[in-house]
Amino acid sequence: MLELKNINKYYNAGTVNEMCLFRDFNLKIGEGEFVSVVGSNGSGKTTLLNLICGSIPLDSGTILIGRENITKMPEYKRQRRIGRVYQNPAMGTCPNMTILENMALADTKGKSFNLLPGTNKARIDFYRDQLKTLGLGLEDKLQVKVGVLSGGQRQAMALLMSTMTPIEFLILDEHTAALDPKTAETIMELTDKIVQAKHLTTIMVTHNLRFAVEYGNRLLMMHQGETVMDKKAEEKAATRIVDILAMFNEISIECGN
Amino acid sequence: MTILLGILEEGLIYAIMALGVYITYKILDFPDLSVDGTFPLGAALTAGLIVKGIPPAAALPLSFLAGAIAGCITGLIHVKCRVRDLFSGIIVMTALYSVNLRIAGMRANLPFLSQDTIFDNEWTRNQVPDPIKPYILVLILAAITIICKLLLDWYLGTRSGYLLQAAGDNDTLVTSLAMDKGLVKVIGLSIANGFAALAGGILAQKQAFFDISIGTGTMVFGLASVILGTQLFKRFSMVRTTTAVIAGAILYKACVAFVISIRIVKATDLKLITAAILLLILVISDSLKRKGAHPHVGA
Repeated sequence: MLELKNINKYYNAGTVNEMCLFRDFNLKIGEGEFVSVVGSNGSGKTTLLNLICGSIPLDSGTILIGRENITKMPEYKRQRRIGRVYQNPAMGTCPNMTILENMALADTKGKSFNLLPGTNKARIDFYRDQLKTLGLGLEDKLQVKVGVLSGGQRQAMALLMSTMTPIEFLILDEHTAALDPKTAETIMELTDKIVQAKHLTTIMVTHNLRFAVEYGNRLLMMHQGETVMDKKAEEKAATRIVDILAMFNEISIECGN
Repeated sequence: MTILLGILEEGLIYAIMALGVYITYKILDFPDLSVDGTFPLGAALTAGLIVKGIPPAAALPLSFLAGAIAGCITGLIHVKCRVRDLFSGIIVMTALYSVNLRIAGMRANLPFLSQDTIFDNEWTRNQVPDPIKPYILVLILAAITIICKLLLDWYLGTRSGYLLQAAGDNDTLVTSLAMDKGLVKVIGLSIANGFAALAGGILAQKQAFFDISIGTGTMVFGLASVILGTQLFKRFSMVRTTTAVIAGAILYKACVAFVISIRIVKATDLKLITAAILLLILVISDSLKRKGAHPHVGA
């Protein structure tokens, strides 16, 4: 379970440009939930993910995973239990290393990066099987450098790599936003398949309202650092895109747009 | 023949340093100027140790260690004090200048011509058959350089080596793998400067002489070797980059020697030539890159 308690986050604190993003923000995400997070630009979606992952510091508040307080834990240590896929497909893979080497790197996560051979030959068949599940034919291109793959192929690999070792949370930061509609669809289906198969607690930030409605079992809408909509289970299942759009319009009118 | 041997000898020595620059410049993408200080650090330490009666072969691993510590400091300054990469290198390089003078006994040069070295000892003087003697220097150097290359190849193939490559390629991924990317950079800089100091120690033993100015332009030589080597052998995927770097160092040395041999050029113009050739290599390799760039690579 992930819990954010009384989170405060300011940008440019102490200057004339001071901007409060989160004031006394609280959020609880239960085991096995697949949360889609939507909201306009600047509503705090990505900041929320960055706070959870430890990419940026918070001003005050507590973040708990299970019973453990991870508020002060450095980013890289948190990643032991978190898998993260970024909007930019280049962020999740090493372009100058081969597909095989990338898979081997991801497979070593959580183990010691010592002087054993980087690629365990006995695991190659396993990597092939994993790549086969993507259905992109990458299993026959093990020696190809990831840099020559297309954005969609790289994102598929990034998704596979971030979920290869046991993790507790999957963080998806607009991970289909940089892809063409067809590829975005493929990646989204793949994401759902992996999340279901591995029973991952997932937080997905997206601008694609259809994905937000169709996938996951909880829907959050953020606005100016607050959750203005939080629908779970059946309530979420009954939600249509038009409902979200209506809410979106309401928010925009408030802002004077 | 003597000229050719001279080129090979110096080329092979600088190749070891270039292997270090390959780690920082090519793998980590870290412009590490500390090699200009760690190369003479290795030379000063080796000279100092040999004068004190330490076996010349033992002076070399100690030089590597000293260089590695200096590289570690560059890394820590960059990672822990959040100083820009270029500045961290400059700070360490400048500080090392004084350290090197101290190690050499507060003097700018330290000859040890009467002492045994790895090139001039009981074995090379008496055991080596006469016909091989003129080549013994090159043979010993080739052996050391190849051992260094094989060790580096092996390391880059380990889990730790994979992580080092990942750190230069996409350091976000290192964080995603739950590893501290700062630590990885420190390790890379240590190994790189270890190689630089080792090369310095070997050069000092070859000359039986330490001079404080030995390090000037080390970085330029290293960069030129790496870029020349990797550009020339880019199309040959069979050739390992470490091999290409060694070839680059020897070729670069040959280019410099060739220009110096032109009559109007004086030996004192050496550093000017060194710099000019690097500039030429950079310009040519850039124009080649523009022609054949793949849209996805490096995006």
